[in-house]
Parts: sequence; C-alpha cells; structure tokens
Amino acid sequence: MQSKFLLPLAAAAVSFLTACSTPLPSSADLDKLTKDIVARSFRAEGQAQLDRVNPDEDNLLCSQADQSGNTIDEKLATAVEARNMQTIKAPVDGKYLGDFKEGEKIAQSGSGKTWTDKADAANGGNCYNCHQISKEELSYGTLGPSLYNYGKMRGVANPNNAESKPIVEYTWGKINNPRAYNACSSMPRFGHKGVLTEMQIKHVMALLLDPASPVNK
Amino acid sequence: MKKIALAVGLVGLSAIAFAQKSSTDSIAEYRQMLQDGNPADLFEAKGEGLWTQKRGPKNASLEKCDLGKGPGVFKGVWVELPRYFADTGRVQDLESRLLTCMQELQGFDAQEIAKTPFGRGEQSNVTALATWIAAESKGMKLNLPQDHMEERKMYEVGKRLFFMRGGSHDFACATCHSQDDKRIRLQDLPNITKNPGAGNGFGAWPAYRVSNGQMWGAQLRLNDCYRQQRFPYPIFGSDATIALGVYMGVNGKGGATVAPAIKR
Repeated sequence: MQSKFLLPLAAAAVSFLTACSTPLPSSADLDKLTKDIVARSFRAEGQAQLDRVNPDEDNLLCSQADQSGNTIDEKLATAVEARNMQTIKAPVDGKYLGDFKEGEKIAQSGSGKTWTDKADAANGGNCYNCHQISKEELSYGTLGPSLYNYGKMRGVANPNNAESKPIVEYTWGKINNPRAYNACSSMPRFGHKGVLTEMQIKHVMALLLDPASPVNK
Repeated sequence: MKKIALAVGLVGLSAIAFAQKSSTDSIAEYRQMLQDGNPADLFEAKGEGLWTQKRGPKNASLEKCDLGKGPGVFKGVWVELPRYFADTGRVQDLESRLLTCMQELQGFDAQEIAKTPFGRGEQSNVTALATWIAAESKGMKLNLPQDHMEERKMYEVGKRLFFMRGGSHDFACATCHSQDDKRIRLQDLPNITKNPGAGNGFGAWPAYRVSNGQMWGAQLRLNDCYRQQRFPYPIFGSDATIALGVYMGVNGKGGATVAPAIKR
C-alpha cells in the first residue's frame, strides 16, 4: 500500500527535478543534436541538393563566431582569408572589365540557385538587395555599403592604367571571393561558389569601375 | 558656384530621401487601408468552421484537439507555441500539432498532409485552421514555455540554425535578420535576435500576402526564407522549422501578436 503510493510520488518528484534543475547538454552535444536535426529536416529539391547544408570549414567557424556574438579569432581569420585568397584567379585573357550595361542587369537580378530556378538559367548577382549602386535605382538595400561612385571615389580615371591596377585587382578579388579580405564577410563568394561566371563578373566590374558607367557619374 | 552645387546636391539628396520615405509610407498606408478588409478574415472563418466539422476517415471534429492548454481550448494557445507535448514526445508548432490532431482524431494521414504542396488539399485546411487559431490569440503577448528540457534544447538548436551559414550564397537567417534598421531593397528587415523585431516578425504569421494573393502560415514563411537562402527544401513540420520557431518566439517574448497580419 505504502510503496504503491510512494512510487508515483517519487516519479513525480523526479520529473519535477528533471524539469527544473537538469542543466542543458554541453554545447558540443547541442551542436551534434543540431547536426542530426539538419540531417533529417531537409530534402533535395531541384538544384538545391543536400550538400548545401553541409557547411564548409569557413562557414562553420563564422557561424560559431556569429552565434557567440564575437568576432572570429584573429589567427583563424588569417587562415580563412589565406585559403580563400588561393581560390581567386585573374581573368584568363587579362581583361577585367566587360560591359557596364550588362553589369547593371546582373546587379538588378535576384534570381538563381534557388530550388525554383532552372539550373541552366543565368544567375543574378542580387547586388541591389544589399547595396546602393547607381543613383537612379532607389530600391536598394542597406546590408552592404553604398557603391555609388565606387570607381570615381577611388580615383579610377582609366581602369587600364597602372595606377588603377591595385583597385581593379582588389575589386575582382572581392567579387570572386570576399572572404579573402574579410574572413566572415556576409557577401556571397560569387566566383568561388559558381554563382556568377567570369564574364558576368567582368560586367559587374565595369558597372563599378568604368568611368562611363552611371555609377561613376 | 560651389554654393549652388551644394544646394543642388542637397535637393538631390532630399529627393531621394523623400522618394524612399514616401514609398515606405505608401506601403504602410496601403496596409492600413487593407486592415479594414483583410482577406485573412475569409481563411479565419473557414478555419473556425473546420474545427467543429466532422471530417476524415473517422468522421470526427477537432473539438477534442489539445493544442497545449487542454482538449478543446483554442483561445490563447498560439502565443505559447511551439511547446512540448507529452503524448508525441515532441516540441510542436501550431501546424505540426494540427497534423497530430487530424491524424489521431479524424484519421487523416499526417505524413501525407506534410508531403502535400502548400495551398493544396488538406494543406489549405491546415492553413485556415492555423489562421483562425492564431486570430483567437490576437493582441495577446508571446509567452512560449521554456520549462521542459526539450523546449530549452530546441531553443539552443534554433539559435544554431539561425546562425548557420550554408547554401550556394553562404547565407544564414542571421545574414538579413540580426541587425537593426536594415533593408533588403526597400523592405525593412526585422532583427529577430531580440524584441521588437522578434515579436513583430514571429507574431505576424499566418499572414495574407497581397503580392501573390495567398494566405501563408508560419511553415510556408520559413519555407520561402530557406528557398531564398538557397538551402534545400525544409520538410513540413520538421524539427529544424520548429526549433527556429522556438528561437524566434522565445526571443519575441512579451511582444504583442498581430497575426493574421497583412503583408505586401
């Protein structure tokens, strides 16, 4: 009689204690739980395959830093930047600038790479989602800095001049792989991740650096 | 000469400021106008009807459905979801809990409904039910429980998912939703890591979307975020979507809900 009464009481006490005083699992265990949950919560659809939720080492480090509210450790940042720098290749024909009018179209387009986009369609650059670029387009986002007058402000009078070389090469690198310069930049790695083709990046380069581009007016 | 240039520059600047302010204002104005006749009302009425209607293989209503405050209680449940349910042993959001009730009480196949595309068949009924149940908590403050260990674990998982960079563009939820006063194009982005952004964002869905004329539940809202993030397809009611719901809802604690809202 007594034990029959005590058993549920003890069970209730245990569940009460479990709810109130059990500490959370360790951070590593929660990381593991998150990984398991990701593995069972997504399915492939169209071109969005499951490899997209297997974060590479760079993203893993930055996600951890973002989550903790700290910046990434300086040594790790240097390593991330160095290995991303390795991915940047100069244009095959040595020409960095294409057509700024094409660049504007790429900057305007937000399509590409989603599960509803056709895998063989041209991707957009999504640039206006985050940046002011030409003065005429008022519908621009503010997650990134303004790029209005990008070339002009940097004194690029002729992108083919020797004096312009450092800024032209930097801009090329930044669009291809921004994580080479800022380990945890929020900007997509357009060249490295195959979001934009080399030709498309040349057009965006022209939009930013060609003195005739509306950006530099 | 310099003075004139400066003046022209200022006029130019204020013209831009005006154009932007006025477009944001007109969107707000438009929303205000639509508040008088939010089409979400239609979905709400449909949902209310579905609750008492005898349906499914068991020809039963949902009136004994336990959404967290006991069988049949629908007022105030939504501001406490997602929460842990002992009968399923899972933390569930409103939509996944509705699937449980539709399966247990009415005999529907929850897996089949989860696989049905949004807006079709029983999925559209789930959205209508969610719209009505959310509306029954309108104006109440978000108050998600964090007493159960599973609820606390889901918050931690949700936080990790929120900051998880991935996909072709390396985007995380946090890329767009972890800073104050940012925009994507002209659209204001709520900072979901804290209030008021978390409460305003999480507490607005289900919402009627004017741009496509569709009623969207919280599951579809998250689904389209992940689509634009270039992630693979989040399974309806999956633990990842629920963990994110817990993270956003707990961050929004105390925020007054406006769902079903009307969105651009």
